[in-house]
Amino acid sequence: MQVHLTVNGIKADLDLPPNTLLVQALREHLQLTGTHVGCDTAQCGACTVILNGHAVKSCNMLAAQADGADITTIEGLAQADGTLHPMQAAFKDCHGLQCGFCTPGMVMSAVDLCRHTPNASEEQIRALLDGNICRCTGYQNIVRAVQQGAAAMAAGA
Amino acid sequence: MGASDFAGLPHIGEAVRRKEDYRFLTGAGQYTDDINLAHQRHAVFVRSPHAHAAIKSIDTSRAAAMPGVARVFTGQDVEGKMGGLPCGWLITSTDGTPMKEPPHPILAQGKVRYVGDHVAMVVADTLEQAKNAAEAVEVEYDVLPAVVDVRDAAKGSALHEVAPDNHCYKWALGDKAQTDAAFANAAHVTRLDLVNNRLIPNALEPRAAIGAYSRATDEYTLYVANQNPHVERLLMTAFVLGLPEHKVRVIAPDVGGGFGSKIYLYAEDVCLTWAARQLNCAIKWTAERSESFLSDAHGRDHVSHAEMAMDKDGKFLAMRVHTDANLGAYLSTFSTAIPTILYGTLLAGQYATPQVYVEVDAWFTNTAPVDAYRGAGRPEATYLLERLVSRCGWDMGLSQAEIRRRNFITQFPYQTPVALQYDIGDYHACIDQAEQLSEAAGFAARRQASEAKGLLRGIGYSSYIEACGLAPSNIAGALGARAGLFECGEVRVHPTGSVTVFTGSHSHGQGHETTFAQVVAARLGIEVDAVEVVHGDTGRVPFGMGTYGSRSLSVGGAAIMKALDKIEAKAKKIAAHLMEASDADIDFVKGEFIVRGTDKKVPFGQVALTAYVPHNYPLETLEPGLNETAFYDPTNFTYPAGTYICEVEIDPATGVTRVDRFTAVDDFGTIINPMIVEGQVHGGIAQGIGQALMENCVYDRDSGQLLSGSFMDYTMPRADDFPQFRLGHVCTPCTHNPLGSKGCGEAGAIGSPPAVINAVLDALRPLGVQDFDMPATPHRVWEALQSARKAAQA
Repeated sequence: MQVHLTVNGIKADLDLPPNTLLVQALREHLQLTGTHVGCDTAQCGACTVILNGHAVKSCNMLAAQADGADITTIEGLAQADGTLHPMQAAFKDCHGLQCGFCTPGMVMSAVDLCRHTPNASEEQIRALLDGNICRCTGYQNIVRAVQQGAAAMAAGA
Repeated sequence: MGASDFAGLPHIGEAVRRKEDYRFLTGAGQYTDDINLAHQRHAVFVRSPHAHAAIKSIDTSRAAAMPGVARVFTGQDVEGKMGGLPCGWLITSTDGTPMKEPPHPILAQGKVRYVGDHVAMVVADTLEQAKNAAEAVEVEYDVLPAVVDVRDAAKGSALHEVAPDNHCYKWALGDKAQTDAAFANAAHVTRLDLVNNRLIPNALEPRAAIGAYSRATDEYTLYVANQNPHVERLLMTAFVLGLPEHKVRVIAPDVGGGFGSKIYLYAEDVCLTWAARQLNCAIKWTAERSESFLSDAHGRDHVSHAEMAMDKDGKFLAMRVHTDANLGAYLSTFSTAIPTILYGTLLAGQYATPQVYVEVDAWFTNTAPVDAYRGAGRPEATYLLERLVSRCGWDMGLSQAEIRRRNFITQFPYQTPVALQYDIGDYHACIDQAEQLSEAAGFAARRQASEAKGLLRGIGYSSYIEACGLAPSNIAGALGARAGLFECGEVRVHPTGSVTVFTGSHSHGQGHETTFAQVVAARLGIEVDAVEVVHGDTGRVPFGMGTYGSRSLSVGGAAIMKALDKIEAKAKKIAAHLMEASDADIDFVKGEFIVRGTDKKVPFGQVALTAYVPHNYPLETLEPGLNETAFYDPTNFTYPAGTYICEVEIDPATGVTRVDRFTAVDDFGTIINPMIVEGQVHGGIAQGIGQALMENCVYDRDSGQLLSGSFMDYTMPRADDFPQFRLGHVCTPCTHNPLGSKGCGEAGAIGSPPAVINAVLDALRPLGVQDFDMPATPHRVWEALQSARKAAQA
C-alpha cells in the first residue's frame, strides 16, 4: 500500500506491505538505521521518534497509521551543518550515553519531554523517562543531560 | 615509564568528552543489524518449546517448499561436519577427575535440553519468509521430565549421558583440616543460607550476526555483536569448523552493550558462517528480545551455605562455604570458571581471615546456559561474604562498620588462604570516606524521620574486593584455562605525527576510543584528537583477547603502553641522529626530544616525518617507519576494592522498597578519565540494585518454561528506580602494571547487591525478619513482614 511520510523534512512516498511497522519503514525502506529495535513488547523505547510533535514508539504502530505524518528521527535532530541539537550536545557533555544503543530513543524522548514539560523537576524527569530503558548508564548522567539540555533549549527558544 | 610518572602526564585524570559520541548521538553508529550486505538472505532459528525432550522426527519438507526459502538446516545437516561449541576452562574435581564435558551441538542432535535450544535454521530471501517457514517446520517431540532448580538437579532426569546424576564437577579450594580445626575452637559461629538469583543480562542491543562468504577468495566474514572477535574466530575456526584462521575475518562493529553475554561463541554465529558457504550468500540474523531472553547466556544462580568462625571479639578465624552452582543445560564458553576460579578465590574479601575453605558442586539443569555476567563470580562471592559479615556484626553486637574495620587486611602484599595475592589497597580509607559521603552519622535521625512517616529505614554496608585484569596466562593455564589471557596493542605513528592505535580490547560502551587516546596523547605529547583507536576487527587488529573482567585498561592499555615504550625508544634514536647526539642523552618531554643539558630539541612530529622520509636517517642501523606492536601478559590480577553504603526506606503496608541514598567509594588505582569511570560505576550500581530489588529470572519449576521472558515480565531498572548516587575515590595505584590502574567496569555490580539487602534486613530485623533473599520485590518484602508478624504472634 502507498504510505506518504515526511521524514526529517523530506517527503517519502513508500509502497509497503500493509503489516509494515513504522520502525521497519524507517530502518529498512528509508535506511534510517539510527532508530533502533531493542525489544518486541514496546517497552525499551530505543525506537522512539517524534511524530507530529509527540514522541512515539515506532515499533508500536504501523507505517500505515503514520500516513501523512511529519516525523523526526535522530538523524534529523542536528542542524544541516552538523551542529548538534542542544539535547544531543548535553548528552555528550554529561556523558549521558555509553554503548549508544538506547541513545537515539532516549534523546528523542528527552526532546519531547522538554517541549511538553519545560520546567520538569528531577523527579518528573525520572518519571517521564519511564518508557526508555538504558542498561549502561544507571540513568544518572541521562537525567543530568536532560536538565542541561532543557536549560539550553529554553535559552535558545 | 613508571606508573607514578604516567599519572602526572597531561590528559591523565581529565574528563575528556568522548570521541565516539557524535556518531551515536546522530544515529550514525553502525551496529550489526544496521549492516546490510549485497544479496543477503535472512535466517530464523526454530527453537525448542520444551525444556527437555527427545526429538522423534523433524519434517522440513513443507517449510522448504515455501516461497523464498533457500534451505532449512537441521542437526542432521551439521552432524559430522563440525564440532560442538567448546568450553574454554577445564575444571578438575576434588577426586582428580576432569569435569563432565558433554557435547554442545550447533543444532540439536536427537534431544533438546532447554526452552530455546536450537533445532533448525531456516534461510530465506526475506525475514518474513524465513519466519513463516520456521513455523512450518514440523518437529515431533517426546517430552521428558525437566529439572530447573539446582537443588533438584541430583534427583532429576539426566540431561547428558556423560553426567547421569547431572553433576558436572566438585571443586574445592582452601585447607579443610585447618578450617575445621579453627571452627572447633571458635567462640561463636555465624551461619547463613542464601540464594544468588539468576539474572538475564539484557544488553539493549539484541545479539545479531551476519555470516558472509566469497567464492572468489574463499574467505569468510562474520559480523557479530561480540566482545572479543579474535577469541570468537579462534574458537570457531580451530574447535568447531576446522577452517584456517587467516580465511576468516570477524568484525564486531558498534556493539550495544555486552555485560558478559557477548563474550561467548554461540551456535547461531557458527551456523550463519558455515551456511554462508553452503548457500554462497550472506545470511543475517538478529535476535528478537524474546529470543535473547531464552538463548543469551544467563548469570549467577547459586545456592549457598556459609559459616564464619569468630573469637569472642568478632575477629574472623575461619570461613566455610558450600555452593551449588547451576550451569544450565550446556557448558557455555567460560561457564565452568565462574563459580570456581572467579568465585572461590575471592571469598577472603577484604578480611584477614586466616582460613577459608570452599566447596562447589556444579550441576546441569534444563535451563539456558549460565556464564559470566557483569562481575562473573565476584558478585556471587561478595554477596555471600558481605551478607555473612553484616550478620556476624549483628550476632556479635557490633555495627556493620565495626565488624569490618576489626577484620580488614592492612598489610600488603597480602597472601589470602584462597590463592590470590593482593598487591595493594587501603580498605580503612574507603570505608572512612564512604561513611563521610553517606553521612552515616546522621542515619539514626533519618530513621526517626522515616518512622514518623510510618516507614522503615535501614542502612547496609558492603566492602567488596574483586580480581580484574585477567590474568597471568601461566597461572590461568595451571588453573585450567584453555586460552592465553594477554592483550595486544599496535601503535602506528603516521608521517604527519598523528597516530592510529589498534587494540585487542573491544569497546561496547566503555569509551576506549577516548580513554586509550588519552593514554597515547599523554605519552607522545600530542592532542587527544590526533589519536584514532581501532578495535573489533580481526582484519585490522593484530590479535586480541577482548573485553571482559574489567581488563581493557589494565591489560589492553598496558599493551599500548609497551608499544609506546618501543615507539619512544626508536624515536629517540631518530632524534639523536637528527641532533647528532647519543641516544642515551635524549630525553622525551612533553612531545619534544631534547639533548639533555642543552637547548637542542626536535618535536615529535619532525621525528615522525623523518621516520617516513628518511633522507637524513641512520639507514644502516635503523629501519624506517614508526609502527610498533606489543603483547602484554600481566604478572598478577589487579584488585579494585571499595565500600558501598545503601539506605533504603520501606513502606510496611505495601512492601515497596526505595533506595533513598547510595554511596560508593572505590579504589581503581590510577584513573585516566574520571567521567567515564563514574559512568561505569553508575551503570554497575544500577545493575546491582536491579538484582537486589527487582530483576529475577524465573523458570517454572516443573515444566522448565521461562516465565520471565520479556520486558513485561522481567523487571528492568528504570530512571525512577534510583536516587543520585554519591561517588568517591581512593587511589592506591596497582603495583604491577605500567598505568597503575585496576579496572572499574564491574565494581558497581559486585559491591551493590549486599549493600542493598543488608539495608533491607537492617530495616526489617526489628520486626523479626532474620533473612531475606533477592530480589526484594514489594510482594516478597510484604510476605516476609507478614510471616514475621505471624511468627511473633504464635
